[in-house]
Amino acid sequence: MAQLEIRNVTRRFGDFVAVDNVSLSIEAGEFFTLLGPSGCGKTTILRMIAGFDLPDAGQILLDGKDLADTPAEKRPVHTVFQSYALFPHMTVAQNIAFPLRMARRPAAEIAGMTRQILEQVHLTDKADAYPHELSGGQKQRVALARGLVNRPRLLLLDEPLGALDAKLREEMQIDLINLQRDVGITFVFVTHAQVEALALSHRIAVMDQGRVAQVDEPARLYGYPKTRFVADFIGHINQLEAQVVESTHGHLRLAVAGLGEIIAPPLKDAAVGTKGVFAIRPEQVRIGVHGELDELKNHFAGVVHNLLYRGEVSIYQVELANGAVVEALLPNSAPGKAELFMACDEVKLGWRHDAGMFLRD
Amino acid sequence: MTEPARKLVTAARLTKWVVSGPPFLFLLLFFVIPGIIMVLASFRYPGEFGGLAPLTAADPATLQGVTLETYRFFFSDPIYGQVFVKSIFMALATTLICLTMAYPLALLIARSPKKSRDLMVLLVILPFASNFLIRVYAWMIVLGPQSALSRLVNGLLHGLGMEPVHLLFSPFAVLVAMVYVHLPFMVLPLYTNLEKHDPSLLDAAQDLGASAWQRFWRVTFPLSLPGIFSGSALVFIPVLGMFAVPDILGGTGDMLIGNLIKEQFLGTRDWPFGSTLSIMLTIAVLLIAWLAARLAGRRGSYG
Repeated sequence: MAQLEIRNVTRRFGDFVAVDNVSLSIEAGEFFTLLGPSGCGKTTILRMIAGFDLPDAGQILLDGKDLADTPAEKRPVHTVFQSYALFPHMTVAQNIAFPLRMARRPAAEIAGMTRQILEQVHLTDKADAYPHELSGGQKQRVALARGLVNRPRLLLLDEPLGALDAKLREEMQIDLINLQRDVGITFVFVTHAQVEALALSHRIAVMDQGRVAQVDEPARLYGYPKTRFVADFIGHINQLEAQVVESTHGHLRLAVAGLGEIIAPPLKDAAVGTKGVFAIRPEQVRIGVHGELDELKNHFAGVVHNLLYRGEVSIYQVELANGAVVEALLPNSAPGKAELFMACDEVKLGWRHDAGMFLRD
Repeated sequence: MTEPARKLVTAARLTKWVVSGPPFLFLLLFFVIPGIIMVLASFRYPGEFGGLAPLTAADPATLQGVTLETYRFFFSDPIYGQVFVKSIFMALATTLICLTMAYPLALLIARSPKKSRDLMVLLVILPFASNFLIRVYAWMIVLGPQSALSRLVNGLLHGLGMEPVHLLFSPFAVLVAMVYVHLPFMVLPLYTNLEKHDPSLLDAAQDLGASAWQRFWRVTFPLSLPGIFSGSALVFIPVLGMFAVPDILGGTGDMLIGNLIKEQFLGTRDWPFGSTLSIMLTIAVLLIAWLAARLAGRRGSYG
């Protein structure tokens, strides 16, 4: 039995359906992420789990018990807010002790638990500081400590890294992973940043317009997106309009207008004539000069259109014969040699027959 | 420093003087200098027909020179201390009643939708549109012996077998009008404070297990202390020196410091003693303000 069960939950605001018949089940100890663009309903789901909002239809069950009649302050669920929402008139220690005091724990226990969690988030020396004396990263850690100290069944995190700068965000990601593993509490994390979601989560639910598009582990979500939306939202992906011309157990043969045929991994129930896109990640596309890559089943000639130098990698945008632009990613592992090809160079693109996937319209 | 940089600095300095000059002059002329005159006057003898006695006179029988007589007089008769204590109690009562009435109102306005807030604030300050004295006189009619209110109260008292009471010309009438006049001065600073509270703090408190009552006492109330202190100062200090309201609505026994001071200047024409009373009032206000600031400082050391 899952720890948190969301069953057919719907939430409307006027005519707008913010959450549309969503069902999810989250296991105990899991780091679960709701990922999607703004307005996809992920924050509404979080607010309904916390108890700030109620579903119009459906049920939310925690440990098998329906939460409908439990007000927010009675739910064993705590939230880390995007703005941190630290109490400005309380010190760090008082902020952290707040949920313990609300739970009427004895004073000695409060002191001990506060000290322990302060150590865990490395803020022992800041116990008597006020929130306005802390840096962004420190505030973030206080908010986490305050959410965790009373050991809730669930910790909800609403874009908690959104306000931090890029460098700090990366450090906090590692801290979060370690903290979650140490405390063993189920995390439900909401974000629109797919990089964050991939790095942190055990499982991710990608949401689109109030519905769950796909729930999967990060690597499966990235490698085997089920819809064009998911493929497009998670990372970069090249897409070529295609139609199935042959479908066997071993492979798919796809026709791409103006380009030719592509051999792709097989797809169940893909009937001849089905329209869709062939999608392939830039790092799976190889780039070379004429005469190279001929051993690959899929190879096409093209012209380098643009070159994006990213430091660790370079991205080559290559225009194919039919006008479609395909990106190929090359790591810059050879020292001092970043630009292997220049704009307007005639090149060859190729990829293995088992790379990429066909996504139906 | 380069020439353009120097010009910039000179212009900034000039702007500072031009902008702060007029208010500075105004306060100097009408606050600092009269204050000094008052302090000096308190150490003199009263003149025969008001004003001050000369510093030196040819006739040794006339009062002259500098003296501590007024201060000695102030402390020799307990009646003055009693008037001070009574005035401070009146000011405290007014402040507390204003606070308990203004807080829910300010909270209501601060948590209303943004577009209706301005209208509600306008309604709070609307009484200022009519003259202060007219509003105080209106209370004479409301509290007069023939008024509906008086008849209702005395009717109820009669029903309970008790003696009828006079609402007008009583400490009660003074208190009611004091609260009425000063209520907006409490509502506005409280509203200004409460409106700035981050609503996510209340969400966080609720999320962490605080009931509605605990959310108020542990989050909203402590955060509103600066508003409570400034509102209380804006009510307490004017009430302490108020003479018009007790003059109009108070009985003969309801003299407050303000009336006492006014009486010295316009009635008995004893300017030195009037000045002494004013100085004692100022000292009392400063003492209370210092105490309040210490209390506030202990709680609110956050930014």
